[in-house]
Amino acid sequence: MSAADYLLPYDFSPLTILAYILVLGLFSYGLFRMPAAERPGSGRIFTFTLGVLLCYLVMQTRFDYYSQYMFFVHRGQHLILHHLGPILIALSNPLPVMQFLYRQIPRIALPFLAPIGWAYRVLQQPVIASLLFFGLIYFWLWPSIHFDAMLSRDLYWVMNWSMLLDGLLFWWLIFDPRSPTTSDALGYGKRMLCLAVVAVPQMILGAYIVFARGMVYDVYEVCGRAWPMPPDMDQLLGGLLTWIPPAMMSIFGILIILRRAMRADTNGAADSDSRSKPHPAPQSP
Amino acid sequence: MTSRNPLTVTHLFALLALVLLAGCSSDQQNWNAKSISGLMPELSYQLTDTTGNTATAEDNKGNIRLMFFGFTSCPDICPTTLQKLSAVVNDLPEPARKDVKIIFVSVDPQRDTPERIKSYVEFFGDDIIGLTGSEKNLRELSKRYRTTFGYEAPDEKGNYDVSHSGAVYVFDRKGEARLLVRPGQSLEALTADITALANEDA
Repeated sequence: MSAADYLLPYDFSPLTILAYILVLGLFSYGLFRMPAAERPGSGRIFTFTLGVLLCYLVMQTRFDYYSQYMFFVHRGQHLILHHLGPILIALSNPLPVMQFLYRQIPRIALPFLAPIGWAYRVLQQPVIASLLFFGLIYFWLWPSIHFDAMLSRDLYWVMNWSMLLDGLLFWWLIFDPRSPTTSDALGYGKRMLCLAVVAVPQMILGAYIVFARGMVYDVYEVCGRAWPMPPDMDQLLGGLLTWIPPAMMSIFGILIILRRAMRADTNGAADSDSRSKPHPAPQSP
Repeated sequence: MTSRNPLTVTHLFALLALVLLAGCSSDQQNWNAKSISGLMPELSYQLTDTTGNTATAEDNKGNIRLMFFGFTSCPDICPTTLQKLSAVVNDLPEPARKDVKIIFVSVDPQRDTPERIKSYVEFFGDDIIGLTGSEKNLRELSKRYRTTFGYEAPDEKGNYDVSHSGAVYVFDRKGEARLLVRPGQSLEALTADITALANEDA
C-alpha cells in the first residue's frame, strides 16, 4: 500500500472534512485579521493546530480503518477524540481568536445564535458536563450499543462526532483560561473535583474490560479483525487504554489547575484590583 | 454542588439507547440472530463465480441469501459454518428450500481459484454459490458490510492464516440486510430464524 493510501480517508465523510476546513479556515482568518496585540503566540497556534490535526488523522485516514476492526485501536481513537485532541485545543487557549470571530458576526444574526448559547450553558453545568463525559463513554461501550455502532455506518459517525464534541466541551470547561475570580468561569476546586469524578468510572470500566473473562465486545470477532490477533489480547489492550491514560490525564489536568490556583493565590492581591476591569486579558496556560 | 441521583441518568441513557435501537429496527419478530434491519445497506456485489464469470446480486434476486466470508484453507470456522448453513437449508420444507441460497465469498483470491472454490463448496452442498474477486472488489464488499479481512505473514511453506468475519449475513428476498448470525448460533436457532424469514413474505 502506498503512503497516499495511509493518508487518504478509509471512509470518506464530506461533512467531516468540511467541518475541519471550516475550523482551521476560521482560525487562520481570525489570526490574520485580529489585532497583533491579542494574537496568540506561535506555541499556542501550534498546539491548537496539533490538536485539530490529531483528531482529523484518527477520523479521516487509514487509522480509522484500524479503529473499526481492532478494539484497542478504537479505544486509542476515542482517547484522542475525547481526551488528547480536545485537551490540546483547550490548553492552546483559542479564546482571543474566538472572541475576535464572535465580534465579526453581524448583529442581526446574534438572536439566531442564542439557542446555541443556552444549550452551551446547560451542557457546561459541572454536574451535567461530568455525567455526560463519562456517561457517553459508558453509552458507546455498552456491549449491545457498541455492537450496533460498529455495524452501522451512520451510528459510527454519530459516535465519533459525539465523543469529539463532548471532549471539546468538557476540556474547555476544565481548562477555561479565564480566572474564576474575575469571570463566571468554573472555580478551580470544582474543576479538580470534576476531573477526579470522571476518572473513577473510567477506571472501573477499564478494569472491568481488562479483567473480563469472556468476550465483552464480540463485534470485532464477528466482523473480522484488521490482522489476526488473539481476541483476548485485543480486549486486554483496549481495556488498558480505557483505564490508564484517561486516569493519567485527569491527574495531569488536576496538576495544571492546581498550578493555576496557586498562581492566582500568590497574585491574589494584584488580581483583586483587576476585578473592576470589564474585559480581563485571558491568561495563557 | 447539588447531589444528583446517578440512577436517573443511567435510566436516561437506557431510554436513549432504546429509542435509538427502536429507530433502527422495525422488526417485531424475536430473532435468535442479531437483527440488522436498517443498520446495513441492501445486498450488492460484483465478483467472480466458480465458472470464472462475473456475478452480481441480481443473479439470485428474489432469494433469501446467507452470505459468509471465508477461505478454502480455513481450518475450523468456514467448514463448520458451511456445514451448518447447508444443514439448515436442507431442513427447510420444499418450497422454501429452493428460495434460500448460501453464498460463500472467499477473501483469499491469491490461493482460491474459481476451480478450487467450486470443489470446496460442492463438498458441502449442491446449491452453494462460491464467489471471489479482485482484492479491491472484495475490500469494497467487506467495507459495505462493516467487516474486513487480513493476512498473516506466510510461513516457510507459504501457508498463512487469514482473519475474516465469522458471521453470516442474512438478506431477505428484497435484498435487504436482515440478520447477522454470530458464529456460536445453534443449528436449531438458525433454522427457526430462516424458516420465519422464508414464511414472512413467501
